[in-house]
Amino acid sequence: MPKELWKGNEAIAEAAVRAGLEAYFGYPITPQTEILEFLSRRMPELGRSFVQAESELGAINMVYGAACTGVRVMSSSSSPGVSLMMEGLSYIAGTEIPAVLVNVMRGGPGLGNIAPAQSDYNQAVRGGGHGDYPRIVLAPASVQEAIDLMGLSFDLAEKYRMITMVILDGSVGQMMEPAEMPALKEIHRKGFDWATDGAMNRERRILSSIYLNPYDEEKTNLRLLKRWKDVQASEVRYKEYFLEDAKYIVIGFGTAGRVALSAVREARAQGIKVGLLRPITVSPFPHEVLDQLTGQAEAILVTEMNMGQMLDDVLLTVRGRVPVEFYGRPGGVVPFHDEILNEIHRLTSGTLAVRTDPRESWLTRMTAAS
Amino acid sequence: MATENLVYERPEAFTEMPTHYCPGCTHGVAHRLVAEVLEEMGVVNKTIGVAPVGCAVFAYNYFDTDFVEAPHGRAPAMATGIKRVLPDRVVFTYQGDGDLASIGMGEIVHAAARGENITVIFINNANYGMTGGQMAPTTLPGMKTTSSPNGRDVETQGYPIKMSEMLSTLEGTGYCVRRSLHDPKNIRLAKKAIRTAFETQVRGLGFAMVELLSTCPTNWGMTPVNSLKFVEEHMIPAFPLGDYKISDAIKQIKI
Ligand SMILES: Cc1ncc(C[n+]2csc(CCOP(=O)(O)OP(=O)(O)O)c2C)c(N)n1
Ligand code: SF4
Ligand SMILES: [Mg+2]
Repeated sequence: MPKELWKGNEAIAEAAVRAGLEAYFGYPITPQTEILEFLSRRMPELGRSFVQAESELGAINMVYGAACTGVRVMSSSSSPGVSLMMEGLSYIAGTEIPAVLVNVMRGGPGLGNIAPAQSDYNQAVRGGGHGDYPRIVLAPASVQEAIDLMGLSFDLAEKYRMITMVILDGSVGQMMEPAEMPALKEIHRKGFDWATDGAMNRERRILSSIYLNPYDEEKTNLRLLKRWKDVQASEVRYKEYFLEDAKYIVIGFGTAGRVALSAVREARAQGIKVGLLRPITVSPFPHEVLDQLTGQAEAILVTEMNMGQMLDDVLLTVRGRVPVEFYGRPGGVVPFHDEILNEIHRLTSGTLAVRTDPRESWLTRMTAAS
Repeated sequence: MATENLVYERPEAFTEMPTHYCPGCTHGVAHRLVAEVLEEMGVVNKTIGVAPVGCAVFAYNYFDTDFVEAPHGRAPAMATGIKRVLPDRVVFTYQGDGDLASIGMGEIVHAAARGENITVIFINNANYGMTGGQMAPTTLPGMKTTSSPNGRDVETQGYPIKMSEMLSTLEGTGYCVRRSLHDPKNIRLAKKAIRTAFETQVRGLGFAMVELLSTCPTNWGMTPVNSLKFVEEHMIPAFPLGDYKISDAIKQIKI
């Protein structure tokens, strides 16, 4: 298919449709409302289901119901709305059924603002809902990547009977970029052997997240972890830029990674041996490649549009072997590439020490600058 | 010598699992009525039930149909999700008064407003049975519960919510009636209403709900017999039985 100009949110919606989305349930919230609006037109056109729910609680539980029947179903929201969906996510995880949720993140906490942010990394990656459950989290950095990841998100959700979240910030959702859409696939229901779609010619099925007996719940928890180990072994995805000979490693996901790439290119032009690792699956996190890169690195810079959330995953892997520095712009502020270039210059100064919490010196620099 | 007549047997739509309900609790009666109706309509193998959080949380153990278990109050949203992608299946929720009229108020009102083609069986027993008898939105004024130990004081704890009356005001509601399970005659009427509520669904005539006044002998601290009397003497005056909404199309249904 030829490239067309797509707005991020609408591209996500259409890509989901092309991947076989049968039902969408959502509630308006900036900066993702175009997904809902687009699908309110597109889904009925194709004879598929669309409901504007009464709230995000309603929306995620409609997703839960439809997911129990084994069809491809999704919702989308932005930070405050995703908080409301946490109940449903936990139940979906406990029931071990596939569902896709897109979070176009904005500045927070609370009502915050509608500017692009990456402040929900922890909520997405480490849980958010109650109970012990893993989930897959994908983080696109461009409209094309968002399109590609929508198809993947459904495949992974079904393969591992797990929630797949796609997290992006408002700027990817709102920007227009040339991108290529996959062809519209015909829907063929897969007839999963767990789906509650009416017990015609078979034994009845029950889907629930209840395990009254603690030993059964424990078994379930362990089953989830075992499945997660498979996800970790097979599904890690990331992009590497200029890393072969890099002595300095920059790590950033989504838009922060994209801005960092411009800075890295400029630093390369200045002769600095710096490269970028951009995780695409932030969960499972690319620990292994980072571990290898740590071996060749003199210093590492983590850059995020939050107060340092992925930073913890980096620290966990690096384990104090080399200095890790942090540069973040929280609250809905998008960093300029020259800010990150400055940080790369700091990395090369050779005066950095290994610190327990790299946020501390960053905070000092931030407060001094303002 | 008198020949033996079979007067009572397990409906086919029931599993062989013994119920966990307390003796004298009318949850069991309501279950049986639903099972009989599903069987009589021949829809057991295309029904998907949605269980609530409440004493009926294990409803899925008793009905021989596909079942899912909803978060507290969210059954109408789950049922919406199921029915929208499988419109030719029969989808019902079975919910208590805490589930439906308190935490799930948003979900039930909007499912009704959208005219979702689902059937809702609403068990009003004036308290939160499962968690040990706390005050529910349906608790009668002056009624003692574990969280209104001096009796529900309407000045500070508000008034009972009448769901059937409320939902009957919505255009999307096709069928909405209140029945009681306190004696055989009313149980028969309740069954007829449940049948109509499912017929409403299979004919695509909109949202259908049957509210059933029920007992909770355990938390009311009464014998089963006194509980039935309590329903008759105290609940019915507060929650009058009746047909709150029957759309013209549904009135034509002959059962
Ligand atoms: C989100 C959430 N809040 C609270 C509970 C605890 N809880 C379980 S059952 C219940 C009350 C159920 O009462 P009702 O719906 O009237 O059903 P009954 O047991 O009376 O049939 C509550 C509050 C829960 N499981 N989930
Ligand atoms: S606690 Fe009340 S509602 Fe629950 S099973 Fe016992 S009698 Fe029935
Ligand atoms: Mg109750």
